Amino acid sequence: MGMTMTQKILAEHAGVKCVEPGQFIEAKLDMVLGNDITGPVAIKEFYKMGANKVFHKDKVALVPDHFTPNKDIKSADQCKYMREFAHSQGVTNYFEIGEMGIEHALLPEKGLVVAGDVVIGADSHTCTYGALGAFSTGVGSTDMAAGMATGESWFKVPSAIKLNLIGKPSKWVSGKDIILHIIGKIGVDGALYKSMEFVGDGIKNLTMDDRFTISNMAIEAGAKNGIFPVDELTKDYIKSHSNRAFKIYEADTDAFYDEEYTIDLSILRPTVSFPHIPENTRTIDQVGEVNLDQVVIGSCTNGRIDDLRAAAKVLKGKKVKKGLRAIIFPATQSIYLQAMEEGLIRIFIEAGAVVSTPTCGPCLGGHMGILAEGERCIATTNRNFLGRMGHVKSEVYLASPAVAAASAIAGKIYNPEKLEGGLR
Amino acid sequence: MKTKGRVFKYGDNIDTDVIIPARYLSTADPEELKKHCMEDIDKEFIKDVKPGDIIVGQKNFGCGSSREHAPIAIKASGISCVIAESFARIFYRNSFNIGLPIIESTEAAEKIEAGDEVEVDFDNGKIKNITKGETYKAQSYPEFIQKIIQRNGLVNYIKAKV
Repeated sequence: MGMTMTQKILAEHAGVKCVEPGQFIEAKLDMVLGNDITGPVAIKEFYKMGANKVFHKDKVALVPDHFTPNKDIKSADQCKYMREFAHSQGVTNYFEIGEMGIEHALLPEKGLVVAGDVVIGADSHTCTYGALGAFSTGVGSTDMAAGMATGESWFKVPSAIKLNLIGKPSKWVSGKDIILHIIGKIGVDGALYKSMEFVGDGIKNLTMDDRFTISNMAIEAGAKNGIFPVDELTKDYIKSHSNRAFKIYEADTDAFYDEEYTIDLSILRPTVSFPHIPENTRTIDQVGEVNLDQVVIGSCTNGRIDDLRAAAKVLKGKKVKKGLRAIIFPATQSIYLQAMEEGLIRIFIEAGAVVSTPTCGPCLGGHMGILAEGERCIATTNRNFLGRMGHVKSEVYLASPAVAAASAIAGKIYNPEKLEGGLR
Repeated sequence: MKTKGRVFKYGDNIDTDVIIPARYLSTADPEELKKHCMEDIDKEFIKDVKPGDIIVGQKNFGCGSSREHAPIAIKASGISCVIAESFARIFYRNSFNIGLPIIESTEAAEKIEAGDEVEVDFDNGKIKNITKGETYKAQSYPEFIQKIIQRNGLVNYIKAKV
């Protein structure tokens, strides 16, 4: 039996010719990632394991991005602990405020992940790098500790679901709408323990940022990873961000998939996920009247330059609805700078939005945009669980940057298509 | 190994944000975390839970964030085992890694009710519902997972390698 793309990457990193679904392997790691929430726990476990030196100083990345800039004394203590560890270990890829960004936007941008890599990160959205043709998956802190100590991790080889993307999405349909549509279709455990392998002609119509968004939310369907084949666009991206050699893996023609779906991108509509679970999706045409208190545009899911451009396109020359709070946070310093140079930041500020330093803050209800009881927010983030962004009686709706921006103007969930002729 | 306790029953897709909300993640101290375990969906949980008690969930228990603080908070609360029809994959790994016993059984997840007295025998994979007089079969652990369980978590497993 042939192997999927994921299985091939895992087999090579485990030093074996082939692997089968369900098989337990120990694979070599190209990168081990942690943040200010999960990193400190991992460091304690690292020492408990009897380790005293990380396996490779260039293959560990520590990014204080969640509760930073430090939101309180306890968070400051956690960051300090991680910073001191990074310095004492000589970890090359520690990114302090000022040079940092949200980890899953930062690592590809810094060229730290390339096609064919095996990456674990103590953050569930580590699956983002599947967009580059790498195997990457989220783990907990103890796994991260073991990875830092040994350069290896244990995996159960996943079976796979094939998602055949065909056609070209319409103007206001982005990677976010595609992945929300898929999660709505297969459910939050639709890909549990499995790989989501994206294939098909439609991929050529997706930008790298679309692909990052899609892979990022594979976890929201329960998947172990979400991986794209490597095409010219991927190669160009990798070459312009990294000097590392990369390796392209392709699924065998006789690879086995548990299920196959065909998604026609040309008929997808802008999609919104209603509280309190990402699978609760509706098209923009079905949303009805949902008034909002806050709009958040950013995160590891949708804080990249394409996302900011889409939001700016909608917000240009318009005003955020009076009484509504719009918070925009570019995912990295470099994206922030680019947005500034392109005039996007001016558009946001003139529209009445606040622009924040890169942080995961509001997405997980950490800081910089917490919701009060009864408040509603539309966000380009990835989870709308109960209490995710603040009070247990608040609500989060997930959508694309274009839908979120249109909603900021209208004060309710709104279709960006309708704004083209002026707000009605 | 066996454990026995009273059941707290929850539904599908219990996510790690409700097991331990992010607003409490500025510490990883188990004693601090346990005070807020499950509070967003069950304020009574932490008041009522006794050492040895058991949580029963349905599908996809522990979905969402990779925070190990979630199984740590559950373990610190005194819960001796989580039974579910299925677990989200990161939560599944994390639980074995930190030594929180979890076990998958569709039948048990369906039939056990809140407040039932349940005994779990990890050696033969049998879940006995003492209140109802029923026995359910759990899925056996893969050999690799058994090795981690025998060492009471990944730390000891890795210790042997470092």
